[in-house]
Amino acid sequence: MTAFSFSAEPINIASLNASLRDVTCGGFVSFEGWVRDHNEGQRVTALEYEAFEALALAEGQRVIAEAQQRFGVENARCVHRVGALGLEEVAVWVGVSAPHRDEAFRACRYIIDEVKHRLPIWKKEHYANGDSGWVNCERCAVHAHDHASVA
Amino acid sequence: MTTPLLGLVLAGGRSTRMQRDKAAIEYRDGQTQLAAAVEALRPHVTKVFVSVREDQRTEPTRRHFDQIVDQVAASGPIAGIASAQAVAPNAAWWILACDLPFLDHATLANLAARRDPDRDATAYRSSHDGLPEPLCAVYEPRTRDALAAYIAAGRHCPRKFLLRANTLLLDPPNPRALDNANTTDDYWQAMSTLNPQLAVSQREIRVQYFAILREQAGRREEVITTQARTPRELYDELRGSHSFTLTADSLRVAINGDFADWSRPLSTNDAVVFIPPVAGG
Repeated sequence: MTAFSFSAEPINIASLNASLRDVTCGGFVSFEGWVRDHNEGQRVTALEYEAFEALALAEGQRVIAEAQQRFGVENARCVHRVGALGLEEVAVWVGVSAPHRDEAFRACRYIIDEVKHRLPIWKKEHYANGDSGWVNCERCAVHAHDHASVA
Repeated sequence: MTTPLLGLVLAGGRSTRMQRDKAAIEYRDGQTQLAAAVEALRPHVTKVFVSVREDQRTEPTRRHFDQIVDQVAASGPIAGIASAQAVAPNAAWWILACDLPFLDHATLANLAARRDPDRDATAYRSSHDGLPEPLCAVYEPRTRDALAAYIAAGRHCPRKFLLRANTLLLDPPNPRALDNANTTDDYWQAMSTLNPQLAVSQREIRVQYFAILREQAGRREEVITTQARTPRELYDELRGSHSFTLTADSLRVAINGDFADWSRPLSTNDAVVFIPPVAGG
């Protein structure tokens, strides 16, 4: 499996955790981005993720390679969902194992931040009032730098 | 003892008339003008530096190169030349502008071969007005005090400096090689000369749409026959026909599967994706 991948099915976290087990590592850090029931004052009922997968996969591998080089970690992975998601589902998962906790925390933080900002992935929110909208592309473009509806 | 010859590519300009950073423009092969100038000069000198202003040091086009930061209180290219001479006073400096899209190997090789270290400087004679071309020229170390005095007297024109100095003037092997491109009109003329595919009046481009653009276009992809020369022109055309709400400024663009510059020339059969503001995570 590649370090960065997409999944159209619920993310199998137990198997991902197991894939990062390493006897040389003393620390494991993971991050899960969850589907939350509100954003920007609206009640959210469901999400859709869409990706330009060819470029997002290439850019995702680059992000993980950068984290590995920058923080000296070997074991790092990220999985992002595509398609329709309900509340409480895991939209994105990042895991890093490393000899010591500091580099694992820092690499994990780096990967989720860069994935959110660089990969061609889009999120459409469906609201309780029946409306829907592409996050950062409609109604709230001015706040595009500071969205955090899931992660 | 031979005098070392060092190279200095000037990239400290403000590109006001071009309305974008000239050093970052890619005319050929996806390479910035700055990188192309550094690579072209490298075989002829011991080491190449890039002249920058203090506030440009970490700028992405410039940060990977060895830099000489302007230290001299003067405006324009002469500040870069004097700063380099202050850093390495015993070296001869080959000064090269970064905004010469037609610069060719023959022009540099001829200057390297015919440079006369016993003169103050070696430069080309402009094919337009016969005056020295000061920004593709070798300044010998003996010009350092004179140049500092010239600046101290409030003068800033390196061309007039070379006119007053004992400059060897060469005829350029290619009269267009030192034409610089300063305006958006110059840019398009240079682009179409250097990229013959732009002369084709129509090209077929495959466009894929995602997210809000997919919904507004009402399709996932289409093949467009267009006169657009760049992705920016293509987006402006499609924005009209599909009533896209997003402006090009809020998008990025990918060509053939990788991020690309908005001014990259389009070729027929290119696959283009316009990337709306992303929201992963």
